[in-house]
Amino acid sequence: MIRKSLVAALALLGATAAHAQTEIQWWHSMGGALGDRLNDLANKFNASQKDYKIVPTFKGSYPESMTAAIAAYRAGNAPHILQVFEVGTATMMSAKGAIVPVYKLMKDADERFDPKAYLGPVAGYYTDSKGNMLSFPFNSSTAIFYWNKDAYRKAGLDPNKPPRTWKEFLANVEKIQASGQKCAYTTSWPSWVHVENFAAWHNIPIGTKENGIAGTDTRFTINDPLHVRQVQMLGELAKKGAFSYAGRTNQGGAKFSSGECAMLTESTGGQANIRRDAKFDWAVTEIPYWDDVKGAPQNAIIGGASLWVMGGKTNNAYKGVAKFFGFLSRPEVQMEWHTTTGYVPITYAAYEMTKKSGFYEKNPGAEVAIKMLMKKPPTANSKGLRFGSYVQGREVFEEEMEAVFAGKKDAKAALDEAVKRGNEILRKFEAANKS
Amino acid sequence: MEKRVVFRSAWLPYALVAPQIAITIIFFFWPAAQAVYYSFLVQDPFGLSTQFVWFQNFQELFQNDHYLASFKITAIFSALVAFSGLAISLLLAVMADHVVRGALAYKTLLIWPYAVAPAIAGVLWAFLFAPSIGIVSYFLRRMGYDWNWVLQGDQAMALIVIASTWKQISYNFLFFLAGLQSIPRSLLEAAAIDGATPFRRFWTIVFPLLSPTTFFLLVINIVYAFFGTFGVVDATTQGGPAGATQILVYKVYYDGVKAADLGGSAAQSVVLMAIVIVLTVVQFRFVEKKVQY
Repeated sequence: MIRKSLVAALALLGATAAHAQTEIQWWHSMGGALGDRLNDLANKFNASQKDYKIVPTFKGSYPESMTAAIAAYRAGNAPHILQVFEVGTATMMSAKGAIVPVYKLMKDADERFDPKAYLGPVAGYYTDSKGNMLSFPFNSSTAIFYWNKDAYRKAGLDPNKPPRTWKEFLANVEKIQASGQKCAYTTSWPSWVHVENFAAWHNIPIGTKENGIAGTDTRFTINDPLHVRQVQMLGELAKKGAFSYAGRTNQGGAKFSSGECAMLTESTGGQANIRRDAKFDWAVTEIPYWDDVKGAPQNAIIGGASLWVMGGKTNNAYKGVAKFFGFLSRPEVQMEWHTTTGYVPITYAAYEMTKKSGFYEKNPGAEVAIKMLMKKPPTANSKGLRFGSYVQGREVFEEEMEAVFAGKKDAKAALDEAVKRGNEILRKFEAANKS
Repeated sequence: MEKRVVFRSAWLPYALVAPQIAITIIFFFWPAAQAVYYSFLVQDPFGLSTQFVWFQNFQELFQNDHYLASFKITAIFSALVAFSGLAISLLLAVMADHVVRGALAYKTLLIWPYAVAPAIAGVLWAFLFAPSIGIVSYFLRRMGYDWNWVLQGDQAMALIVIASTWKQISYNFLFFLAGLQSIPRSLLEAAAIDGATPFRRFWTIVFPLLSPTTFFLLVINIVYAFFGTFGVVDATTQGGPAGATQILVYKVYYDGVKAADLGGSAAQSVVLMAIVIVLTVVQFRFVEKKVQY
């Protein structure tokens, strides 16, 4: 992959050697097939004009490339563009001076830019409380529900009727277990699905100050009755063996595609692997909700990453970055990215274009995520979250949830502890970023 | 009378040790001093705002129950790794010492795992024991044992102990074998003639004569368990589940590199540094006295 992009870069260099080109460094975390798609984007942009050259470099996992960029910034040679995962948003945002907000970049470069063109829940995640977009949404996904139709048939359930609510889900779990399958359900990304997305879906906060968007003096509130109920439910299912815990990242996918577990909550991005591995009939749908909660389901929130522009570069380079972002926003570019990677399109225009192309009729699963994200206009509880050092915060949540799943703690005690420990991290972040 | 070589030149001896001193200062003392300095700071990841906070980072650490639990976990882990690593390799070395035919092949095979990087060793064992696809997990489940280290802390601990020990056995084996071969045969033969059983010969002759080797390996293994096992943990459990395998050195890495909390991470490395200094001093002052050279 690296060699291929090198060759492409060299070829391009040869073709335009006579022309003075400005190089723009782009550090990212898209490995494998996704990396190839990303290189396609850069190559297309480079071929479309002569003044700028985007040079993408794979820097490892999300935390790794973020750490690399921070170290590079301290040493004075940060890249122009850095792909940062959603939980790193607060850290980047607080680094005033180290970054250039996207709205400012676009204004300074006179590049056409309308924040309203971007899907609400996508743009909202990367927008400050004044409505200014700080980073450029790049790859966005959300959590969806997968079910094994063959297992449903075996359990005497209607294979085309997935659970709409968690109550129906529990009834299905019992039937599946009664049919002799021990593991009825598993999940990937436990905190993202069952704490963060769960809160947005039920229009409740996970922290004060609009989930941290309105200020760093925020506190976690995930020990509320609804979160306790959800984690308690999972803990009880784990005790019966009906819920098999797979780990903190995407390990749930393998338990589902091997047939071990009949239902799964996982990112839309997990579909490619499951399509490859699963030897049974399956489909995806929206995540269940508790129907006694008023206003549920609200809307889902995103996961994935956005592009941050680093400070201290030349105006000319920033012009190139702005042009590149303009290029990425084009509906045809977005549609291709969406349909080949499984990430959601970031603009309404691209969504409409994909709809018209008939893609969703052939791939009904592809639209589930967008429908969940756009269920209702986002509220203060559901437009996203922004907690300092949330890499650590999320880990605390996961540790405490694991204690519940292992039967070592009850849900209320675990979530109380999670809030206490999480708040300590938030206070530390607040103190470190007081300027 | 001790033989001494005396340099006549005033500067030559210093010049000769200078490269070694320079390397030690640049690669050991300088970073250590930096760690101490950073442990007194609260800083955002980009280094844009810095506050000098004296001992606040340390205070926060020792008020944190999970950090204190991490001590206990590290102690258990190190003891298990050092003990089982030494015991198994001693057994293997004693066995290999008796092999007459094809001894070289045996020895070479036993030394092989040492060439494997810790992260690879971790991944290897993680595959074998992977809850849903691992071959060992499959057999464990067939035997009716509920194996899921992703959730069960004790099982996760067992996994990293196995992977870390496995990697260290070769190294220990090599030293034990060399130690065994330096034991005079005449002693063993004399004991055998006196009617001592092989078991008794081992405990009264071989084991005491091996004690310098054992002591050396004990120090090496404990330092290994403290610092060298990071790759194994990172490739398998990453400190989970619920912090059950969060050993001190992994937490330093996690907080510093992944979570960009430099002050907290630096404070932890200073604590770790202090522990290792104390451990080494204790080992050389007290344990060494019991060793028969």
